[in-house]
Amino acid sequence: MIRRNTIPFGPQHPVLPEPIQLRLVMEDEKIVEALPSIGYVHRGLEKIAEKKDYVQDVYLAERICGICSFMHSQNYCQGIESLMNVAVPDRARFLRVVWAEIHRIHSHLLILGLLADAFGFENLFMRLWQIRELVLDIMEKTTGGRVILGVCTIGGVKRDITPETSDYILRQLDEIERQLSAVLPSLTHDYSVKQRLVGIGVLPKDKAYELGAVGPVARASGVAMDLRESGYAAYGELNFAMVTESAGDCYARTLVRVRELATSADLTRQALAKMPSGPITTPVKGSPTGEVLARIEQPRGELNFYIKGNGSRNLERFRVRTPTFANLPPLLHMLTGCQLADVPVIAICIDPCISCTER
Amino acid sequence: MPAMSTFKKSPWVVHFNCNSCNGCDIEFLACLTPVYDLERFGILHVGNPKHADVLLVTGSVNHRNARVLRNVYDQMPAPKVVVACGVCAATGGIFADGYNVLGGIDKVVPVDVFVPGCPARPEAMIDGIIRAAEILESRNTAAITSVSCRKPLHRCTPVPDSPKPV
Ligand code: SF4
Repeated sequence: MIRRNTIPFGPQHPVLPEPIQLRLVMEDEKIVEALPSIGYVHRGLEKIAEKKDYVQDVYLAERICGICSFMHSQNYCQGIESLMNVAVPDRARFLRVVWAEIHRIHSHLLILGLLADAFGFENLFMRLWQIRELVLDIMEKTTGGRVILGVCTIGGVKRDITPETSDYILRQLDEIERQLSAVLPSLTHDYSVKQRLVGIGVLPKDKAYELGAVGPVARASGVAMDLRESGYAAYGELNFAMVTESAGDCYARTLVRVRELATSADLTRQALAKMPSGPITTPVKGSPTGEVLARIEQPRGELNFYIKGNGSRNLERFRVRTPTFANLPPLLHMLTGCQLADVPVIAICIDPCISCTER
Repeated sequence: MPAMSTFKKSPWVVHFNCNSCNGCDIEFLACLTPVYDLERFGILHVGNPKHADVLLVTGSVNHRNARVLRNVYDQMPAPKVVVACGVCAATGGIFADGYNVLGGIDKVVPVDVFVPGCPARPEAMIDGIIRAAEILESRNTAAITSVSCRKPLHRCTPVPDSPKPV
């Protein structure tokens, strides 16, 4: 006889580092429904942003999420800049690309490591995180911070990259790629890893489109969608090919991230090579008026900020739509019908970042 | 016979992400990896509070997770110590003005070590955990194991459970 049980998964769970609770309605080992229960990390950030000065909000925006912190501040600055018609110096646009792409490498390595941990391959987790430390070294060397950089500012960036540091970054990138080439095959070709990933949590293309998936989740299902193609910051002057897969399962999502590591390293090299000389910031006067929707491609997908200013130092409204929020409905779709043992793998595979989702 | 220094030699840590921005969390996870290698001090990261001696908390408390944090703390066997990582866990940090933020985690559980930083650096966290292990050791030898420090949950409104699925 089939028995119905409800199993709470989270908010404090050994494999899921993120505080979300999923109530899994089970029939024996099979999940028939997943109900998310959120609010454990809600900080009321949008309201705090209205109380602070719009320049202080850059640092607040950076702390929406500690993993892709730079891109949050970049998106906020780009939004305010378009409201105030500030022309950002060319060098600053390229520097933003460098930091954004380095952040993407660190974020992808982080999630691939956590994925390895979720299916019990601890050695791979340790190796990937060890390589990730090389990426953090670049960030520390160029900005002084390891995860929260604090270099983006309205009108440009705060720190420059000298030619010596640029050489250092290139050497470090070569080292990272050399070490990754030894480790990544075990993630993509290992028999037992494939057993845990291939055909698990399938999201067909039409469902991905219908449920509004973004980022690697959408691209792994064959939805070609990457905001970097719109050419914000300096992406318009750099060449890159969008990475897509068609299978839509956990393995495809892993492959997309693995291949994007190479794209990001390539973009960083291009940006360092093509970077023009000149100032890195322009002075900004006045206060923002009007409203804008700022969009950017994060490691997890498309990030939207709605910013409304009324001519005073405080914003009238600041609204954040993060990629994980868009990827939650696809997650619930993928979980329905899967086995309990696959829940951690599927949940990690969408690269959940609950801290930014709940703000 | 002197008490064995089991705690100082191998404190087990449970990590709870309270209300943080993830910055401090990933720095704690970085502590576990080969570059910082927390395990060389015998420190092990466990998922079950019932196995743990040290509670490491990142982020401030809000109305919803105060009860969960207290629950995790209560489930740990005595003696136990609490490490608050980052300025959020100390005071609420940049989010202290939030309508939903109650403040530092000392509003809910007694804290032994505060680790500064936004985010706290892995070196600082390791230092904090080792200091916590020393406190744990002194608590153990002082044999106050049966008295657990209880603070009332003040300023917290209980949050009703979400409706049960049928
Ligand atoms: S202290 Fe800073 S890095 Fe740590 S959780 Fe708070 S805001 Fe994030």
